[in-house]
This record gives sequence, C-alpha cells and structure tokens, in this order.
Amino acid sequence: MTSAITAAGLCKSFGDTSVLDGVDLEVEAGTTFSLLGPNGAGKTTTVQIMSTLVRADGGEVRVAGHDVAREPAAVRAAIGVTGQFSAVDTLLTGEENLLLMADLHHLGRAAGRRRAATLLDKFDLAEAAKKAAMTYSGGMRRRLDLAMTLVGDPRIIFLDEPTTGLDPRSRRVMWQTIRDLVAGGVTIFLTTQQLDEADQLADRIAVLDHGKIVAAGSPEELKRSIPGAYVRLRFADIAGLDAAAQVISDGFRHDDALTLEVPSDGGAIAVRELLNRLGDTAAGVDDLSVHTPDLDDVFFALTGQPAPETTPEMENAR
Amino acid sequence: MTTLALTVRDSATMTRRSFRHVVRYPVTLVVAVAVPVLLLLLFVGVFGALKSGLGTGPHISYIDYVMPGIIVMTAGYGSSVTAQAVNRDSTEGIIGRFRTMAIAPTSVLNGYVLSAVARTLVSAALVIGAGIGLGFRPTANVGQWLAAAGITVLLVLALSWLAVPFGLAAKTAESLTGFILIVQVLPFISSAFVPTGQMSGSVRWFAAHEPFTPVINTLRGLLTGSASGGTTLTAVIWCAGLALLGYLWARALSRRDLSR
Repeated sequence: MTSAITAAGLCKSFGDTSVLDGVDLEVEAGTTFSLLGPNGAGKTTTVQIMSTLVRADGGEVRVAGHDVAREPAAVRAAIGVTGQFSAVDTLLTGEENLLLMADLHHLGRAAGRRRAATLLDKFDLAEAAKKAAMTYSGGMRRRLDLAMTLVGDPRIIFLDEPTTGLDPRSRRVMWQTIRDLVAGGVTIFLTTQQLDEADQLADRIAVLDHGKIVAAGSPEELKRSIPGAYVRLRFADIAGLDAAAQVISDGFRHDDALTLEVPSDGGAIAVRELLNRLGDTAAGVDDLSVHTPDLDDVFFALTGQPAPETTPEMENAR
Repeated sequence: MTTLALTVRDSATMTRRSFRHVVRYPVTLVVAVAVPVLLLLLFVGVFGALKSGLGTGPHISYIDYVMPGIIVMTAGYGSSVTAQAVNRDSTEGIIGRFRTMAIAPTSVLNGYVLSAVARTLVSAALVIGAGIGLGFRPTANVGQWLAAAGITVLLVLALSWLAVPFGLAAKTAESLTGFILIVQVLPFISSAFVPTGQMSGSVRWFAAHEPFTPVINTLRGLLTGSASGGTTLTAVIWCAGLALLGYLWARALSRRDLSR
C-alpha cells in the first residue's frame, strides 16, 4: 500500500493545554480517511499541522512523501484544504475567486478560464458566477470554497468538517462530490463530528478523543463496538410497564422514567414486529421513539464515559 | 521559473486582487479623497483669513502652506484603509488558504503594499487637483514634482508596510483603532498646519521630532519653494526605517503559526 499521509507520535500543546498527545495515523492513497471526534478533540489542529499551517511540538508527519516541517512547499504543492470556515474572498465574485486561484496555480489565462467555468458548472454556481461572494448563502460559500480548493487539482484534500451548518440537500451534494473525487484517485482526509457522515464516506475511521486516537478501523469494525439502535417505549403508569415487560423479555426497564428500551435496528419492520409482540399491552404505551446510535454512543462504547464537554474555543483556535 | 520570477508573478496576482476590491467598491477611494479635501476646506476656511498670524510668513498663502500636510494626511488615511483590508482577509480566513498554497509567502504581503501605493497615489493626485481648484499654487518644476512624488511614494511605502503587520496582528477590526489613531492624528501634531516654532513646550519638541514633520517640510520645500531646512535626509531615513521595521514584522507574522 502507498501511504498518502502518515503521522507518528504527533504532539501539540497550546500553552498548558495539550491538544494532541501522541497521534499515529496512516492514510492509504486514493481512499477516504475520517477523523471522528467531538469539538475540542484536536481534529482541526491535526488538519492545521498536516496542511503546514501549524508546527507540531513533536512527532513526524509526512504528506505526499514530504515532511511537513522540513519541506512545507512540496507538501503545499500536493494538497488542497477546505477548512471549517469558508475561506473565500467575499468582495470578489465566485468566478473571480476561481480565477484568482487559477492565477496562483499559474494555469495561464485560457486554461484558468476553462477550469473556472467547469468548476462553476460542477458546483451549481454558474448562475451566481458574476455575483459577489458576500451575497452567497452558507451552502453556496462552502461549495465555492471547495471549488477553489480543486482549481489546482490536488491529489490530497483535507476537509475540516465540510458539512457543518449545511442543510441536508447541500450535505448530500457535498458527499457525492467527495465520492467523485475519490473515484478519480484523490485521497480525502475528512474530519467530522457525525458518525453517519464517516459511515457514508470513509474507508477507515479513527476516533480522536482528548488528543488521542481511541479507536481505529473500518466503519463496520467500529460499528460492531457500538451499541445498536433501540426502541424506547414510555408508559402512562407502572401497571402498563409491568404488563409490557412480561411480554417483551429482552427489554431494559427504567421504573423511574416508566420506560422500556428494546434493542432493535430501528427499522419500520422491526417496529411493526415489536408492536405485534406487545399485542394488547400496546394500549398502555404513551410514547414510542426510535433511538439510533450517535457519537455519544460511540464514546460511551469506546471510552466508557459520555462524550466530553465541548470546548469550541479550543477547536477554533486559529 | 526562478523564485524571483514566481514572487513577481504571484505578487502581481495579489495586487490585481486588491485593485479589483477598489474598483468594485469605489466608495473607499471616494472617502480617501473626500476626507483630506474636507480638512483642507476646514483649515483654509478657518485659518486662511488670519494671513500671517500663524507665523507661516507673509510670502506664502495659507493654502500653499497647508497643502503638503494634507497630502501626508491622505497617505495616513490610505494606510488605515490598508490595515483594515489586511485585517478583513486575516479574520475571514482567506490568508489561511493562501498559506496552504504553494505561493511565495511574501507575495501576499507585496500585493497589499503595491496596491496601497497605487491607490494612495491616485487619491493624492485627486486631492492635489482639488487643492489647485481651491487656490493652491505650487511653484515646482518637473524635477521638483518628481522628487515630491518620490518622497510621497516613500512615505506610503513606510505607512503601508506598517499597516500590514498591524492588520495581521489585530484579532478584530476594533483592535486596529490604535494604529488608525496614530496615522490619522499624528499629522495634526506636526508642521502641517502651524510651524512647529509657534508651538510651546513638549508639544513643540514632539512636533519637531515626529516623522511626519520632516516629510511635510520636504514636500513644502519642493512644491512651494520655501526653505525645507535640510529635512530631506531626515525624511528619507524615517521612511526607510519605518518601512524596514514594518516589513520585518510583517514577514515574521506571516511565518508564525496560524493558531494564536
């Protein structure tokens, strides 16, 4: 296997706060790697170190075969970065932003115009091409940002929470774009707080918590370590709960909350079967909700404790 | 391409970008001309009637006396615009994008400074034009005009190279207030409106020794033929020193970690 990115013993502190504490990573070329973790876990710092914006305190990072500390220019020539906050020139139009990138990549006038036109089409920005980016919606800015990253045809792309704050449709579009890029042989390093996003896109996932990798593997491997979905039934009174608990023996009852949690894949068929099993005792059910695993569950499973308190100012330290 | 050729090319790209901002939002340029012209009207209107009462001497009309100071104020105002533009880029994150790209790092800084010099020279020319319309009568020949343009360029270079690191270092637009105050208020405490000899005590000492005064005196000597009292060398040293200081500081800031 060819590694696009490797990190060994990566450490970084800001003042007394240790942000990364011995991170080891390996990303195979042409795959999507997802770094999963809550706010403040050190995801952005990892991306900043790998994209030459921040110097590590210790450890070695190689991107595209080059050491980020010793050969930053060679690394920069191989990468594209789309950060958490869109880095576009809001005073220029969408087209001018892309032409600016083309000029900085020394594409030449004609080639630059062609590249800009292709990307404007691809990212559904052709209509807004002549409008100033400050008039764009959040989703449009994010698309322009990614389009700018692609002007130089980078072989390795860092995406730092690329769908945070996007509406579901824009999120799907972003996911499809990422899949297309990987199909074209690009390596994607993706950070996200959302398990489903990593599940949808990543070949490999590493879970970062308090500056350490607490688990790594394929999505399937990781999911096996996470408790499954369950259906939560809430009852009007304790009699209703008792009656149902006698029928549903595999449920976990919480007498204080008057609830019964039944392991399930959460799908419609499973819910129907559950209701069939409940039979007449279903009359006592006040409320039914389907609970699917989220990042909290991952952390609960991996660390034995709930997801840590978020510290956005740490993650956003730029 | 050689490193130098790449730096020149990338610097030109960054300069074009800043020009485009001015063309797109010309109000920046309008204000940069309107503010000095209003000051000119104000001072000529208020003090012009005093004739030689301010110690400017009988052989020079007040507008001729004031005009060099107004030109310097145009440069000062222009550099506050530069600092704000740099700060906007820095806080909006586009500087981070530039830094992850394989471009010569100084080209981003060069772009700010080159466009600032061009923008400020255009404003200064417009302000001088307005001054002539209001009665400014320079006596300079072609050589003196060129020398005046040269010293103005040097001043704008110095102020722009100082504006860049202030813009980079400020975390918000509000924290630029200090720099803006310095470049906009310091010209008032100089020989711009009244000869420093007419002032008293510490103000007089300060006005005589601050960097704007030798620049104003040199410009006045070139444009109106009054004695500049050998201040040209002092002016050049001040400008070159401040430009170098700003350049080194800006370069150091552009190389540090982006996280603060």
